[in-house]
Amino acid sequence: MSVLRNARKLIVARAIAGNRHFAVRYLPGFSTIAVLCFVLLYAPIVALVIYSFNSGTNIALWEGFSLHWYTVAWENELVQEVTFRSLIVASMAAVTSTMLATMAALGTTRTGDYRGRMLIYATINQPLMVPEIVTGVALLIFFAIVKAFTGYHGLAYLIAAHTAFCIPFAYLPIRARLEGMDSSLETAAQDLYATPVKTFWRITLPLMWPGILAGFMLAFVISLDDVVITELVKSAGQDTLPTYMLGQLRRGITPEVNAISSALLGISILLVSLFFVLRNR
Amino acid sequence: MNNLIFRFLSVVFACLFASAVHGAGELHIFNWGDYTSPELVEKFENEHDVKVTITDYDSNETALAKVRPGGHGFDVVVPTSTHLPIWIEEGLLLETRPDQMENFQHVSEQWRNPDWEPGRRYSVPWVWGSSGISVNTSMYDGDINTSKLFFDPPQELAGKINIVPEMGDVIHMAIFYEGGDSCTSDKEVLKRVRDLLVNAKANWKSIDYGTKEKLVSGDVAVSMNWNGYSMRARTENPDIRYGYAVEGYPLWMDNVVVLKDAQNVENAKMFQNFLMAPENAALISNFANYANAIDGSEAYMLEELRTATEVMIPAEFQGSGQFIPPCPPDVQQMYTAIWTELQK
Amino acid sequence: MSPDHKDTLVKSSTRHTRAFKASRKRQLQNNLLLCVPALLVLALAAVGPLLIVLVYTFLEAGPYGGVVWQWSFEGWFEVFLKRDIFDGTVSIADAHLSIFWRSFKLSIQSTLLALVLGFPTAYFIATRPAATRNLWLFLITIPFWTNLLIRTFAIMQLIRDQGILNTLLIGFGVIDTPIEMLYTEFSIMLGMTYVYLPLMVLPLYASIEKLDFRLVEAAYDLYAGRLKVLFRIIVPLVKPGIVAGCILVFIPSLGAYVTPRVLGGGKNLMLGNLIELQFGQGRNWPLGAALSITLLCVVMISLLFYVRSTQRKEADRG
Repeated sequence: MSVLRNARKLIVARAIAGNRHFAVRYLPGFSTIAVLCFVLLYAPIVALVIYSFNSGTNIALWEGFSLHWYTVAWENELVQEVTFRSLIVASMAAVTSTMLATMAALGTTRTGDYRGRMLIYATINQPLMVPEIVTGVALLIFFAIVKAFTGYHGLAYLIAAHTAFCIPFAYLPIRARLEGMDSSLETAAQDLYATPVKTFWRITLPLMWPGILAGFMLAFVISLDDVVITELVKSAGQDTLPTYMLGQLRRGITPEVNAISSALLGISILLVSLFFVLRNR
Repeated sequence: MNNLIFRFLSVVFACLFASAVHGAGELHIFNWGDYTSPELVEKFENEHDVKVTITDYDSNETALAKVRPGGHGFDVVVPTSTHLPIWIEEGLLLETRPDQMENFQHVSEQWRNPDWEPGRRYSVPWVWGSSGISVNTSMYDGDINTSKLFFDPPQELAGKINIVPEMGDVIHMAIFYEGGDSCTSDKEVLKRVRDLLVNAKANWKSIDYGTKEKLVSGDVAVSMNWNGYSMRARTENPDIRYGYAVEGYPLWMDNVVVLKDAQNVENAKMFQNFLMAPENAALISNFANYANAIDGSEAYMLEELRTATEVMIPAEFQGSGQFIPPCPPDVQQMYTAIWTELQK
Repeated sequence: MSPDHKDTLVKSSTRHTRAFKASRKRQLQNNLLLCVPALLVLALAAVGPLLIVLVYTFLEAGPYGGVVWQWSFEGWFEVFLKRDIFDGTVSIADAHLSIFWRSFKLSIQSTLLALVLGFPTAYFIATRPAATRNLWLFLITIPFWTNLLIRTFAIMQLIRDQGILNTLLIGFGVIDTPIEMLYTEFSIMLGMTYVYLPLMVLPLYASIEKLDFRLVEAAYDLYAGRLKVLFRIIVPLVKPGIVAGCILVFIPSLGAYVTPRVLGGGKNLMLGNLIELQFGQGRNWPLGAALSITLLCVVMISLLFYVRSTQRKEADRG
């Protein structure tokens, strides 16, 4: 036993002497699980992409390679329109909700307990705790009143609804980041007579950035996925990709939506890699 | 690519700015998903210089819930016969008098005065169909015209059955199987129905939509299905046949109505009239694989539709089909209780 | 120290306290101000609607959906009790109980599985060189840019009886007959884990990324083993992330609708589907509303218990 322990000590000591940085962070098995996790995440996506090249009309049966469904999707203006609408709603809602959530996170974490903090916390997380169908029905009734009052039927209702239920998804990662974040840098900056605004932009924001990014991505994804609330809130001519698919669900979904999704996937991967290539230059 | 960018920008602009422009030249249709022929829409747009939008719903309840509070922006909705009386009773519809429209002469005699809307003062027929039994005959070669296949299946079918999650259709098929009437509140019958369903459930693989891919892929051998979808499945796998339950099966018709708070009433009326022209009704049928109610439309229909046993009900089974009215609330509550019990 | 000097010290310290109090008050106001925009949006699009739902629980069900403005407790009655439709006897609503229990069980399972998979993944990402971390993060989210329904259908293709996984397993001779995975509780659990995995990984990442590895190093210097370092140093430090991740996975799972519907095959309802049924074909909105409020209360109470217990633990420790 003691031999083992000594050996381990030696390994650790060596590791520290050698590649210090890496060894301290290393935990056995974690990389394996992470790789497994990535494989799991991408397995259905790979299946999806493969089936988008299916020549048959059935998403369950492989009948040979073809680009048929890409042509169909290319020619189907309706599918393109709903896809664009989904993207617009998702990006608007994600940007707005991330901004609001960042402010709220700053407002709820940087000082100790104050009265009403629990209440604010509960309010922010409330959309999480209610099933979508309930929020959807309630919003439907509420917005109907507003619509009758203002006469406005635009996309703003959808964006507002999405923003609301995206807030907790954006808020929690940002808050997790802020919680216990070292405030000495900010204090130091202030000691050096940096204005609060400057301190925020130069110190606080960069420190928070990973949390904000995580929150934004979550919000975007959540908004892109939403079907139940959208189905109930949408007005005439406001189908998004998910509600369009919901309408197809009875009859059975064709590989056309696979093709659309694969195309979107391709574009997003392209954009992301472009972004990284440009940044790492 | 330019085309795509242009389309993208136009969607952006339409979304953000052109919000409340309801006026001449527009028509907003609220219909079941994947149900409206694009060809039909294009033809209407060209003939009448009207811009049409189509928005989908996936159940009668969603449609009703969305329209009831107002402010939805829709002009035209397509409720099923099981729900149309509710729409009328709740005062959601505009009395457009289709029975006095020019093309009403094309509506077949049998559909001019349906039980769910005598006189057709509000609605125009869209298409009609039945709920029946789709069977993959390569997996099962027995009699397919009986709902025994769902409720008391032979051993070889156990675990290979799918039921669609349509409470009304499922419960009524079971009621008919037990010899009851539609919307029955007879407790003896309902007790038998409940026991029947609860016992049968052990043999079911799933209670789900997506019947076509389940049947074609061989995941299930038998599924409750709508006739049009069954026909679609047959075009992919010729072994799939559609059976009519001799014990009784539900019939339904979807109907085009104009909403009371519609913004484009004239266009909507024009649309109703347009739909009763034989060549237009045929377009709907060709797209959705269901029969329409317009005389003379056969001439424009696809050959395969005119001969399909799914679409044209064989004479010997015509008597067992029934249109189901909306059930009274207390009856509906009993059905929900049975349905919940089934899925607990 | 001269008494004189002492006096000034005391004075200055009280002055400090006063200044501190004033600045704290100002900061509090600022904090509240920062929360206002988010709260405003939520009040309009989340809390307000919820109040409508709360009112609905006390109304009578409309004959064909919707509500009638007539006070009634029928909705609440039906959440917990059922009146037998045949003999009118009242008993516990066992159907609702078993559906509640199923939702709870599967949500906990998915949360745990997501944590087991998500923690190492988040850790892995957070320990990559800084320049590539964002790339890995994007890799986590990219699958989720595809719509939920499509993803769920893709999972279906993988695990169905004649699906890719079974075909592969049979092809390699691992099994002879396909394993039935689709339309079981297992497939619901798997599907929810998959769907909500980024909700676990991203908050965890945000939390692990700021982990001070000098503490870990110090622990190793004191001869702590890997496991000890993980559970005594790392986990306590990234706990806010773990909590955020678990909440984000657990609560949406409880009310999940699409995944159980598609992967569960509809044979066994989950809470989300039960509630949807009441608002839809069941035409019993007050019951649906009361069921949702019950769900909300259960979630709130368990969260409250959680907060209390951690506070007590911290108090004990401090």
